[in-house]
Amino acid sequence: MKILVCISKSPDTTSKIAFTEGNTKFDENGVQYIVNPYDEWYALVRALEIKETSGGNVTIITVGAAADEAVIRKALAIGADDAVRIDADPTDAYFTAAQIAAYAKANNFDLVLTGKETINYNGSQVAGMIAEELDVPFISLATKLDVNGATLRLEQEIVGGLQVVEANLPLVVSCAKGMAEQRIPNMRGIMAARTKPLQVVAPIAVDAFTAYESYTLPEAKKAVKLIDPNNMDELVNLLHTEAKVI
Amino acid sequence: MKTLVYINGNHAMSKASFEAVTYAKKLGGDVTVVSSGSADLSKLGEYGASKVMVDKSLENGDAQQITRLVAAASEAIGAEVIVFSHDLVAKAVAPRLSVRLKAGLISGAIALPDTSNGFSVKVNVFSGKAFGSVSVKTAVKIISLLPNSIQPEVTGAPCAVEEFNGNVGSPAIKVIETKIPEGNIPLPEAELVVSAGRGMKGPENWGMIEDLANALGAATACSRPVADIGWRPHHEHVGQTGVAIRPNLYIAVGISGAIQHLAGVNGSKVIVVVNTDTEAPFFKAADYGIVGDAFEVIPKLTEAVKKFKAAH
Ligand SMILES: Cc1cc2nc3c(=O)[nH]c(=O)nc-3n(C[C@H](O)[C@H](O)[C@H](O)COP(=O)(O)OP(=O)(O)OC[C@H]3O[C@@H](n4cnc5c(N)ncnc54)[C@H](O)[C@@H]3O)c2cc1C
Ligand SMILES: Nc1ncnc2c1ncn2[C@@H]1O[C@H](COP(=O)(O)O)[C@@H](O)[C@H]1O
Repeated sequence: MKILVCISKSPDTTSKIAFTEGNTKFDENGVQYIVNPYDEWYALVRALEIKETSGGNVTIITVGAAADEAVIRKALAIGADDAVRIDADPTDAYFTAAQIAAYAKANNFDLVLTGKETINYNGSQVAGMIAEELDVPFISLATKLDVNGATLRLEQEIVGGLQVVEANLPLVVSCAKGMAEQRIPNMRGIMAARTKPLQVVAPIAVDAFTAYESYTLPEAKKAVKLIDPNNMDELVNLLHTEAKVI
Repeated sequence: MKTLVYINGNHAMSKASFEAVTYAKKLGGDVTVVSSGSADLSKLGEYGASKVMVDKSLENGDAQQITRLVAAASEAIGAEVIVFSHDLVAKAVAPRLSVRLKAGLISGAIALPDTSNGFSVKVNVFSGKAFGSVSVKTAVKIISLLPNSIQPEVTGAPCAVEEFNGNVGSPAIKVIETKIPEGNIPLPEAELVVSAGRGMKGPENWGMIEDLANALGAATACSRPVADIGWRPHHEHVGQTGVAIRPNLYIAVGISGAIQHLAGVNGSKVIVVVNTDTEAPFFKAADYGIVGDAFEVIPKLTEAVKKFKAAH
């Protein structure tokens, strides 16, 4: 099976979030980038497990600048076979999805895996957009994926619970917790990643639908009000009269 | 202006549906609802819908079919804005619809659009650590509204429900089994949440957390390690890599308040923290704090809540 795994970079989860240029740009000063956790822990690792049991090839793809190659090498160190970087700024979800779909179509991938969302923009948009561009089914927020020939059996999150579904390839799947366990790359993987093929592809011409204009930070919290642990009536009273939440 | 709202008709109508219709009404134009399934949706008129279009052939449609349905309804009424509630159906359908209609999508909107200069909407970004303002450049706009962002408002009377044929085609995905636990409040929709972490020592101690949640009518949640070691189900895991929630009240018991945990809950209106450690980082994000042992504090809090409920 030919599997394409979409990898996005995201700021390390402990990064300080700040903005520059009149609050129009994310301040990258001192920010460490990592592979978006959902893409790495769930989509990539499950793709590798499928390859290990049923054979095939795992390609990772990123829409991003040359600086993102450090993140791509991290994903190669975990075990992907090769990588593609679409050389463009991922301006919005549609622009990004159109690039990935064009590459997937031209290269006949059977299965496209993404993370559930990027932890910086939290859009949950790219995967569904790739599926519509390719005109193939899309399983969102899959927590389990088993291959049975050309048919896949998946478990996905639905409103209030889970559902088990079957779908045929080609298919787009966004991956959520439960899909696989995080893998720590070993030294051999890190060495091998240095020489694995990384192809740089020119973007196709499409216009973004949306743009981030500006950012704001939430207001600082007031100091915490401490309540005597032996006076829970007071807490309930405050939640009712002051906070007005019960 | 014409606004279309997609409502998932397979479930009993939730507060999130009323919020989506209220939001659409506040955009100022005429509001039409499109839905599948068999629920009685005439009540949506009370929140501002002038009519509901239902395709009854689509009881358990897949995302591709629902996309075709909403696209057909959008064309039928000439919609300029399409509103979803940002739930799991919207996450599967809205991106497809965006590509199909060449309509920009705003996911996770938390406010009404600002139209003073174009069309931009405030959303949550960086897992709740900041807000962004997103502008849409396309003629048709799709907005997926984060639950608990506005209060539902009754402004009218029940409306007409018409049959509508969305020409949705056949499903490409076969549903084998659905597992929906009875009686659970879906976490993202819950207004009150009681959450607990590793401080509870073991799964056998969750009874007191559930008792408090029941007394309040709250949903339960947990920190990531608690779900990872299997003390609680995965769907209760909140935070950066779990569910992001913004309830009115979040009670965190025996949770240290790591930045990745806060990322999923810092949109909560009021946060109460119970922790033995005065230095726990969660106290910095809390409105009310109790420095104390959960095993003593929680049963007392439950009693106080019961007393309050009996008196009100
Ligand atoms: C990339 C990444 C993503 C992550 N995503 C998430 C996420 O989405 N959600 C998440 O929750 N975490 C996430 N984490 C993990 C996070 O960093 C913390 O490790 C985790 O939140 C800690 O869980 P905890 O507070 O339950 O446990 P601990 O940190 O062990 O805290 C337990 C707390 O309980 C208190 N306590 C102990 N006994 C009692 C008692 N008797 N009464 C009251 N209090 C008591 C202690 O003082 C302590 O503060 C992520 C980590 C990484 C690296
Ligand atoms: N620039 C990008 N390059 C490659 N894949 C991406 C990019 N941005 C997002 N994705 C993929 O799409 C998923 C959903 O992203 P989003 O729609 O931004 O929440 C991510 O988990 C990635 O798998």
